[in-house]
Amino acid sequence: MPQMIKGDTGDWEIVIGMEIHAQVIARSKLFSGAATEFGAAPNSQVSLVDAAMPGMLPVLNKKCVEQAVRTGLGLNSKINTRSVFARKNYFYPDLPQGYQISQFEDPIVGKGKIEIDLPDGSVKEIGITRLHLEQDAGKSIHDQSPTKSFVDLNRSGCALMEIVSEPDIRGPEEAVAYLSKIRMILRYLGTCDGNMDEGSMRADVNISVRKPGDEYGTRAEIKNVNSLKAVQQAIDFEARRQVEIIEEGGKVNQETRLWDPNKMETRSMRSKEEAHDYRYFPDPDLLPLEFSSQWVEEIKQTLPELPDEKKHRFMDEYGLSLYDASVLIAERSRADFFETVAKDGGDAKLSANWVINELLGILNKNEKALSDSPISAEQLGGLIKLIVDNTISGKIAKDVFAEMFASGKDAEKIVEEKGLKQVTDTGAIEAVIDEVLAENPDNVEAYRGGKDKLFGFFVGQVMKKSQGKANPALVNEILKKKL
Amino acid sequence: MSNLTHLTIKDALKGLENKDFTALELTQSHIDAMAQTKSLNAYITETPELALEQAKASDARRAKGEAGDLDGIPLAIKDLFCTENVQTTAASHILEGFKPQYESTVSQKLLDAGAVTLGKANLDEFAMGSSNTTSYYGNVINPWRRKNDDKDLTPGGSSGGSAASVAAYTAMGAIGTDTGGSIRQPASFCGISGIKPTYGRCSRWGVVAFASSLDQAGCFARTVEDNALLLRTMSGHDPKDSTSAKKDVPDFVAALNGDIKGLKVGIPKEYRVDGMPEEILKLWEKGIEWLKSAGAQIVDVSLPHTHYALPTYYIIAPAEASSNLARYDGVRYGHRAQESDLTDMYELTRAQGFGDEVKRRIMIGTYVLSAGYYDAYYIKAQKVRRLISEDFTKAYEKCDVLLTPTAPSAAFAIGENEDDPIKMYLNDVFTVPASLAGLPGMSVPAGNDKDGLPLGLQIIGRPWEEETVLKVAHVVENLAQFKLLECGDLK
Repeated sequence: MPQMIKGDTGDWEIVIGMEIHAQVIARSKLFSGAATEFGAAPNSQVSLVDAAMPGMLPVLNKKCVEQAVRTGLGLNSKINTRSVFARKNYFYPDLPQGYQISQFEDPIVGKGKIEIDLPDGSVKEIGITRLHLEQDAGKSIHDQSPTKSFVDLNRSGCALMEIVSEPDIRGPEEAVAYLSKIRMILRYLGTCDGNMDEGSMRADVNISVRKPGDEYGTRAEIKNVNSLKAVQQAIDFEARRQVEIIEEGGKVNQETRLWDPNKMETRSMRSKEEAHDYRYFPDPDLLPLEFSSQWVEEIKQTLPELPDEKKHRFMDEYGLSLYDASVLIAERSRADFFETVAKDGGDAKLSANWVINELLGILNKNEKALSDSPISAEQLGGLIKLIVDNTISGKIAKDVFAEMFASGKDAEKIVEEKGLKQVTDTGAIEAVIDEVLAENPDNVEAYRGGKDKLFGFFVGQVMKKSQGKANPALVNEILKKKL
Repeated sequence: MSNLTHLTIKDALKGLENKDFTALELTQSHIDAMAQTKSLNAYITETPELALEQAKASDARRAKGEAGDLDGIPLAIKDLFCTENVQTTAASHILEGFKPQYESTVSQKLLDAGAVTLGKANLDEFAMGSSNTTSYYGNVINPWRRKNDDKDLTPGGSSGGSAASVAAYTAMGAIGTDTGGSIRQPASFCGISGIKPTYGRCSRWGVVAFASSLDQAGCFARTVEDNALLLRTMSGHDPKDSTSAKKDVPDFVAALNGDIKGLKVGIPKEYRVDGMPEEILKLWEKGIEWLKSAGAQIVDVSLPHTHYALPTYYIIAPAEASSNLARYDGVRYGHRAQESDLTDMYELTRAQGFGDEVKRRIMIGTYVLSAGYYDAYYIKAQKVRRLISEDFTKAYEKCDVLLTPTAPSAAFAIGENEDDPIKMYLNDVFTVPASLAGLPGMSVPAGNDKDGLPLGLQIIGRPWEEETVLKVAHVVENLAQFKLLECGDLK
């Protein structure tokens, strides 16, 4: 369901297209051999090429090309076996060449589409316009000196993938879902770590508003939208701003705006008139990039199962709900964890419940990642196996789980040590039931007189007396007989 | 020892091998010659100490029997090649004082072969010019003079210093670059030979870029054979230059066997331009006769798009240059204007750092790439470039090489042709088409004009067929019996 904005003149639809910049996972830069590690000392990962020394020439890093192709395949997009690097010309101190090597008319990846999952459980298709490779710029630092600016070129020349969507996104919820899905796919593929805090994934959001059914309105491009929360907030703010302008009889300017997360507003960076003329032209230092479709096929063979495929498989194979499947596939490691639990535990639905509700819950409470979980997938599978084969009840299992989380011990061992095994000996259960019935003659009378609801009371008393160890199914069966 | 400077590279190598003289002596004699011809201003930076050191090392290598192909041969390096720890200026104020921490691939190959480097030869600023009058470090003077006229002449450009240094016997050979004629035209003006190989034959790594799709390193020497020797060392694939070709380097020297029997030499009719001096046409005729007499077959060919070559070149080259020169912004190296505002710093740095011709080309290049003009200029120029290239492909179905004049005139006086940039650009009318097509071309001195100034003939070959180009040039050289500048002619 698209989110509308209620204006004085009726509902407004928000139309959004996104440009996501994703830093490619590769040991060296797009056109040089310099390292790409995050957090290194300033200007310690800069080659002569990155610093644009005279006479230096770019040499394409094949690994980055492979990563772009992988990503294109993961986005169900057309791979262009011939693409062209072009120069985007502008001056800035953190752009040493005075141009960014990018792709303009002939990108490496063309049209495609992905599915996004919306909070109401529905699924929507978003078109991918293109993906191209380009160089990152360096970083200008303005807060170290009152009179000087500093430049760190460590990032200069690192490979970025720019992923451009069609204007298919309607509202902040879809935008967040889109960004999350792209990030999830890139992480599955191992082509970008998706870390928005470290800037290895950044988004520019193009927003316009219109009355449903009208032509597209004039759009503003919002830069510096660097978290899922910021995407939500920036779109909320900007869409409202545009609606207000139009409803007051004004016109939205085509411009680039900056999201200010402190003031919670967007503000103008430059108008269309001030927009750079980038003077794109094919980079004469680089030949057109050409590779065989056979190579693409080889890369395709190495692709992992992608989130949407996995989601559908979890639903079909394990009978999970869309919600459970979506939660489990959010991270590849989480999905793998679940599958191990399900295999060892022998009950997929039960395993899903335990992973989602118990394990993720307690990890979250303890601010721990799944990778730091004191309970391994095998161990959790072991616990579930005990429930499945009636060794312990679900209730006892929760206590065992808490103990496992605290001590890291195996479930079986805890059950053994604490004598928590379920009582399945009918004789023993019968004895307890007889005791309970003898102690509560009035209630027995009442039940037999038609008060069916009292059945639960008897079960509770039996369980209490057996310290929860009596097998509930047997208790039910024998109680019914005796009453 | 001044006669040592008059040896060919080939004879010098023989002399060194025979211990007739040492590399140190050979180098010292060139350093002396440089001192005597300082007024030519052929060098921006002279490196005599470095040269003597290299010469000593060369003698030591030779004593151990480890001499390389060019061991002990003193050369001049166009100051567009980056040289480790030696100032590299591209003849521009904006790079004054810049000392690279790296050596260009081509100059490194020469050093690896044992060459001695005398200094950095003057050129037009960023290789933009045809007269070596745009250098921030002053004009280069052609060692040749007209009979009965004492005017200083230009050595041509942009590799004017390289050509003048070889013609004036201050270097045995020189390396240069050719973007639209920057080796061939100065070779013609200075009465020596010079070759621009096929685009991609030599690495561009470490060469200050002017127009990347056209720039190509090449060399100058006083004989065709010496050029073959130099080129053999300079050539080869370089993984650091994506546009350098993965081609084996043939033995260019071995190709000079004089056998051109049955070789088809094409004469492009479009190179008969209006207003070309009679003596150049006559020289061209002579060249045709020489090749015929040596057994070649002469074929008339047509290169119909020739007259579009200059306008095409003056769109593509400035377009690439406007982008290539963006890195000279005062931020990381070279000249910086002391301004507190960023935009002011950029503007003033570049206003002070670049000369008029460079600014002109940056402006033209920026204009032809800008939104709304890109299709009409740059894209159109690329299309015409393809047509020009196809002209050659078609011509080479009929012939093996082309013979043309190198330039439409002999060396002109400094200051001439300065009133109108277009007039200057016309100097490259015969050299630019081969550059646009990426073809190998060579100028060989073949005669003199009425004032006694040298005139060159150009041989243009198929891609990667430098051997044929050199072979034909060698035949012309032998038959022309061109008289090099005498030592006593030097002023």
